[in-house]
Amino acid sequence: MTLPLSSSMELTVAADLAIAFVLGTGFGFCLERAGFGSARKLTAVFYLYDMAVVKVMFTAIVTAMTGIAVLSVAGMLDLGELYVEPTSLAAQAVGGLVFGAGFIVGGYCPGTSIAAVATGRKDGIAFALGMLAGVLAYVELTPGIDGWIKANAQGEMTLPSVTGVAMGWYALAFIAFLLFAGWGMGKLEGRFGHLRPRG
Amino acid sequence: MTHALAEDRLSAGRDTRSVAVPQPYWNPWVVGFLLGLVLLATYAITGRGLGATAAFGAVDAWLANLVAPEHVSASAALAKYFNDGSPLMSWTLFLVAGAFVGAMVSGVLGHRMKWSVERGPQATDNRRLALAFAGGFVAAYGAKIAKGCTSGQALTGGAILNVGSLVFMLAVFASAYALAWFVRKEWL
Repeated sequence: MTLPLSSSMELTVAADLAIAFVLGTGFGFCLERAGFGSARKLTAVFYLYDMAVVKVMFTAIVTAMTGIAVLSVAGMLDLGELYVEPTSLAAQAVGGLVFGAGFIVGGYCPGTSIAAVATGRKDGIAFALGMLAGVLAYVELTPGIDGWIKANAQGEMTLPSVTGVAMGWYALAFIAFLLFAGWGMGKLEGRFGHLRPRG
Repeated sequence: MTHALAEDRLSAGRDTRSVAVPQPYWNPWVVGFLLGLVLLATYAITGRGLGATAAFGAVDAWLANLVAPEHVSASAALAKYFNDGSPLMSWTLFLVAGAFVGAMVSGVLGHRMKWSVERGPQATDNRRLALAFAGGFVAAYGAKIAKGCTSGQALTGGAILNVGSLVFMLAVFASAYALAWFVRKEWL
């Protein structure tokens, strides 16, 4: 059997949604365990006294990347079957800058706001309501942006496809970088430890 | 290290009857590894990664249809959520519903359920709630422009080295670090 499963078997709608729900519980459990239901824990990364956001995100990315590379080399996963969101450098740069502003002001990102709501954070509810309003405003008030993104898109672009260097090498490089960055982040947390809230 | 934050939250709480002390968060490297396995499983099963923003769009479309059904059918951007029947049958919405339950389970087990507002000591609850709403609005705009958020672009695209996702990630951190000083009184 070749992965992804979706390429080799037809799932019923009910099965597909059940899978989404189960994967979601793992997703939400991890977010809350990491402390990402807390806006102060999340924004701490921008004041350098607690780098957990970067540690968790990069470890997750490197873990999944390594797994995908290994499964692919072992012939168990067809890389060509994985969905690649088309790159639009301008859209992702502008969108990222806007998103970052929303993150530091609002204290959450879309996924973590769900973990915040689930654990009773009223500001998480406010953020989620802001998200609902923002998505609706985008659709209603600025329908032209999607056309601009499409017109400026470069299409599917991954580092392996652009450089011709296989994914496994990037995974190795990222692991090495993560070890180095882990040491550096420990230094930062010590240097900016005085900003940590003390009640 | 994570103890400090948990203790802070407890001492800040006014509910002196609660005896269960919030447990410290898990080691970030361990949670990161587990989250990576969830992401890997998502790719291995569905061929796609995680996401969250699409769930908000699905709820929007559903709500809009309750209020103004003619408007929804006339709007291509909203009508597309009805392509597979109800927008509530959205894959990402089920993922997010699962995330809600998973986070709640983790919160209950860790004694971290608390009806509260997260803010620094210098901010007020109302100010923080207003900023959270505004931040959510702005983040939604950014996610719509970038075609994904921290889940859909950074994590999902990062794992397959999607160039657009890496650009998105750099832009998010650059922007938030640049603005952090201006909103420090909300957090520190």
